[in-house]
Amino acid sequence: MFEVVSNEVLAPKVHRLVLKVPRVAKTRQPGQFVIVRANDQSERIPLTIADADAKSGTITIIVQAIGPGTEEIVNTAAGQGLRDVAGPLGHPTHLEKWGKVVCVGGGVGTAVLYPLAAAAAKAGNEVTTIIGGRSEPFVILRNELAAFGEVLVTTEDGSLGTKGFVTAILQELLDDPARRPDAIFAVGPVPMMAAVVKIVPEEIPTLVSLNPIMVDGTGMCGGCRVTVGGEVKFACVDGPEFDGHAVDFKELMNRQATYTDNQHCRIGLDKK
Amino acid sequence: MSNDLSPKERLAIERTKMPEQPANERVTNFKEVNLGLAEEAAIREARRCLMCKKRPCVDGCPVAVRIPEFLARVAEGDFAGGAAILLVDNALPCTTGRVCPQEVQCEKTCVRGAKGDPVAVGWLERFVADWAAEHMEPPKPPAERTGKNVCVVGSGPGGLTAAGELARMGHDVTIFEALHASGGVLRYGIPEFRLPKKIVDREVANLEALGVKIEYNVIVGKTITVSQIMEEFDACFIANGAGLPMFLNIPGENFKGVYSANEYLTRVNLMGAWKGENSRTPIARGAAAVVFGGGNTAMDAVRTARRLGSDPAVLAYRRSRAEMPARVEEIHHAEEEGVRFDFLVAPLEILGGLDGWVRGVRLQRMELGEPDASGRRRPVPIEGSEFELPADIVVVAIGINANPVLTKACPELKVNKWGNILVDENGQTSIPGVFAGGDIVRGGATVILAMGDGKTAAKSIDAYLKNK
Repeated sequence: MFEVVSNEVLAPKVHRLVLKVPRVAKTRQPGQFVIVRANDQSERIPLTIADADAKSGTITIIVQAIGPGTEEIVNTAAGQGLRDVAGPLGHPTHLEKWGKVVCVGGGVGTAVLYPLAAAAAKAGNEVTTIIGGRSEPFVILRNELAAFGEVLVTTEDGSLGTKGFVTAILQELLDDPARRPDAIFAVGPVPMMAAVVKIVPEEIPTLVSLNPIMVDGTGMCGGCRVTVGGEVKFACVDGPEFDGHAVDFKELMNRQATYTDNQHCRIGLDKK
Repeated sequence: MSNDLSPKERLAIERTKMPEQPANERVTNFKEVNLGLAEEAAIREARRCLMCKKRPCVDGCPVAVRIPEFLARVAEGDFAGGAAILLVDNALPCTTGRVCPQEVQCEKTCVRGAKGDPVAVGWLERFVADWAAEHMEPPKPPAERTGKNVCVVGSGPGGLTAAGELARMGHDVTIFEALHASGGVLRYGIPEFRLPKKIVDREVANLEALGVKIEYNVIVGKTITVSQIMEEFDACFIANGAGLPMFLNIPGENFKGVYSANEYLTRVNLMGAWKGENSRTPIARGAAAVVFGGGNTAMDAVRTARRLGSDPAVLAYRRSRAEMPARVEEIHHAEEEGVRFDFLVAPLEILGGLDGWVRGVRLQRMELGEPDASGRRRPVPIEGSEFELPADIVVVAIGINANPVLTKACPELKVNKWGNILVDENGQTSIPGVFAGGDIVRGGATVILAMGDGKTAAKSIDAYLKNK
């Protein structure tokens, strides 16, 4: 059992949990993730480690409830425990002092972006963050990200910041010679990352953090395979961050949808 | 009961048959196929043993179970006596009695096999082990402690065996397991119908009764490194398995519905997708399944697909039946269950539909040419023989590569060019006090060979700790 130290609501269905996981807190580096199971029936859910404190032995995860596995995690109150937390998994973020770094986050992807923005700032980069959401309540971590530099917000309904998508703001920065980024981190829904990569010239390094369907998270199952630069990679052990320009997003989107399709999965056949 | 029979009387007894769940029933469930021997059948079978002095069966056993000795007790009806011998030699007898390839080990070397059927050692091992689990008290930790602590990496067959042996020697043993459950391949790989998970639970509970501690969710190489382990422990045994699944590297392999055997079996076994609606973990099911490979894993995958409703469930293998590495019993059971075998075919492409799901495979017929490095005749493509098979599910079961997570985080650990850890004849690695065995050393092998390595390493670790 791993104790939930605190559990707060950040946005509708999005919670921030602080967990006591001393071994992970001690070794974790930005960009790495954990696999969490709330109870003995739960699926294994990969979640980025947003933050960690080795001294108190805690890590922070930000979770959006989108299915039974994630719902059970966000419904675990402070003082209660999660059955399994395994990690830290994946490679740490590749960091350089690029100069101007623009971090682009969509929806709950902003939670994955947060440790990357923090690490980029710590490495001496000038960080600008663009975060987007459906409407104001879905824009998370605005104040936290402001600690690393300017934060630009977009919402689809215009209830906060600029109306529209993150790509419009990113395009403005790309077009402005004074603000043109030297590197970009983009994390969010697959269509958002694909859209970002599409407008960024190839000479600007663009890292994306991928979260494909995963089971074990240690390289054993190969379910998280993605094609990067024509080569098959396992997101869990080769990633989760990849050169966005090389990722086959169309294939990734297709594989992500495997279990949304009842016709092929267990439910379809049981009715036969 | 007396076991005082003449060789002639022993030779007159015919090999018993294993009661099985009927094939037409078992394809609709995940219950065990083999039902186990009744007491009388076990006694009769044990009496077939000629009690020969040479004991070739013991040499054929990777963990050197004293087979004639335990069979003699069974032949007398003294099951507790038989168990007392078996349990000392074999840490996981309920498991090996079910999954060992006896036909190439103890039963292959049995002298009765020269003229007829060998003694059914595997079935008798299972019988005695199951009897012991039901009737005997779990073991106790030895009173005399050595004060040494040993870390075992991985709770698969190699790790569990080493842990059991070391615990019985009086060492404190902690297992670090990467997953949320124990057993390694016994849990995630081998299906319920071949090895019920309650048996794995029981074998692990016996080790815990011996004082073995298991810490889950610890991925050595990530959560903790080998050098950190050696700061906390007096010695370490690495048995973290092989890990990375191999793919075919042909077009179409990333369509929905294409799985590695590891993923397919892990979803079904470890995550419980075989329970259907009662499981949280989904698994794609399809009318037609094609599995690539010819080993036990391929057999497990295709028989699982059959049970999840696929008809046809096809096993496509690029060599012929004679070269299949799978156990004879599994092949036989799969055939009874209606699995279709397509021999001498090689995959060229996996075909997908507009919906992104696999819809078939394109194959090419092969013929056998000259023997290759493995001594098996190499399959050679026959030109113009391409054909297609429909498939809604494809499972790739062609082998595994060494998982580099642990070794990459420990550069001083010497590995070969495939990433397998190098060990000496005692199982010791290039780091003093760090031993290794099982698939991470051998590449893809068997449960019993991993157990043999665990046993060897435990002896070496004990000797190492005594000299330390």
